Amino acid sequence: MRFSAEDESLLDGEHGQAAAYAMKILIQYGRAQQAEEFVPIHSAHIDACLYHGQSSLDFVEKLVELGGKVRVPATMNVAALDTFHDGIHAGHQDMLEPQERLTALYAELGCLPTLTCAPYQRITRPLKGEHIAWAESNAIVFANSVLGAKTDRYGDFADICAALTGRVPLAGLHIEANRQPTCAIVAPSLSESSLAPETYFACLGFVIGRSVGGQVPFIYGLPNDAGEDALKALGAAAASSGSLAMFHVDGLTPEADQYETLARPLPAKTITQQHIDLALRSLCPLNEGEPIGAICLGTPHYSLAEFTRLTAAVAGLVKRTDVEFYVSTSREIARHVETEPAFAALRTFGVTLVVDTCTYLAPVVREIGKSVLTTSGKWAYYAPGNLGYRVGLASLDVCVNAAVSGNYQPA
Amino acid sequence: MTNLQARVLVPGAAKGSALLLEAPVSLWGGVDLENGQIRDVSHPQKGLSIAGEVLVMTSGRGSSSSASAIVEMVRRGSHPSAIILLENDPILVMGALVANDLYDAHLPILQCTAQAIANLPAAERLIIKAADIGDSIVIWSDR
Repeated sequence: MRFSAEDESLLDGEHGQAAAYAMKILIQYGRAQQAEEFVPIHSAHIDACLYHGQSSLDFVEKLVELGGKVRVPATMNVAALDTFHDGIHAGHQDMLEPQERLTALYAELGCLPTLTCAPYQRITRPLKGEHIAWAESNAIVFANSVLGAKTDRYGDFADICAALTGRVPLAGLHIEANRQPTCAIVAPSLSESSLAPETYFACLGFVIGRSVGGQVPFIYGLPNDAGEDALKALGAAAASSGSLAMFHVDGLTPEADQYETLARPLPAKTITQQHIDLALRSLCPLNEGEPIGAICLGTPHYSLAEFTRLTAAVAGLVKRTDVEFYVSTSREIARHVETEPAFAALRTFGVTLVVDTCTYLAPVVREIGKSVLTTSGKWAYYAPGNLGYRVGLASLDVCVNAAVSGNYQPA
Repeated sequence: MTNLQARVLVPGAAKGSALLLEAPVSLWGGVDLENGQIRDVSHPQKGLSIAGEVLVMTSGRGSSSSASAIVEMVRRGSHPSAIILLENDPILVMGALVANDLYDAHLPILQCTAQAIANLPAAERLIIKAADIGDSIVIWSDR
């Protein structure tokens, strides 16, 4: 690898011992990827602050002891549980103290305790072309695809090492050539499908993730008014069922124009309505009339636009007391939703906000004998394995109706 | 006597039987960190333990938390003795680098061709000595 004067000064400890340690790890990491040089970054999104055991603490304690301070703005991903709302966590209580300690240690390094998997919604909006070092699969695919910022698929520890040094090895999706589409996908038309848009994008993402793995697909056939929340849902589902880190959408995403000619001759895989139906059957194995104990929305974290839509959907309704209704979001968005009069219908209906975590990571559902509905492909993919729930993917309206009736009635 | 060409992604040393996965597994969520058992309900080898084995799979899968999963498994001693991949997986590489540094472990990660892996007999006991990143090494069976 070639080192710049800045790289050398970091290695020599001129920016502190923690930065020198992080740089040494990043060099090995870069050499394994055959990177030839480092590139400066504008921001980092940290996933290593999610508690997995004593080792999570051991690593950050070492960085704090070495006097580490982040050199670029760094946001924190979700934690293992909601430590903000007393008593909401239904899982092991012995996680509470170490998770709070872990969050505090990352804050000591200068990371912002945003505790959200969707920092891109309001907190940090990287610009097109900026190099960033983000962890959390849905944030990675969103930043690359929808914002046009450049991040590789970072995992735990690479994220904080990048933040402490302000740089990453030039590899993966930081390199222009690796952002080019490598396959084409033709999606079935939303208007001809009988699905609600949220279900269509979740299923389409699930199918794309399964069929392209880690490639960069160029997608044709999406409705041209597909917004950020639709692309967020598609990317999150595809990054769960596969390892998608970047996609282009014809006429929609910021780098699509640049690669349009290059994409044209690529062999196209056509996704049919049957593929989508099959995906829906695997993500929603529920039977009509099945009792529902809970609804879990907000994976990735709900946006203000999604809260506005939910508010309209529940206006004038009150949910049954034996159906729990959870929406995960950031503290920052929760503050608005909890105080703004425009969202009053959510409180009347009986929505419970969950912050700092996600309901597929941390058990909050108490009605565990019954099934759970979600609009999220990512939630439907992970929750059965993580928490043992019986889960169904459904439209927002079906979710709201089930909260009122207590059972699953597909539209 | 078999031998297998590999490129070193993470240096280390290990002995163990080769455990060939029929499908990649996500170390986070897909494996019980306490005992190394595969718990992903959709995995064809669910119930097998990867602890102490030379784990052979095409790639890591999914989550960025898999790096933490490796480090936590090394701390608990439930980790595979080595990982052999077809495709480089930076998330697993970072996990092994940090685990080796924090807990004085020697967990190597290697990259092999599909051909080399296809020729590997099941349950073959392997001896791995991987000195430096990027080295091309030969992995020997201990027979």
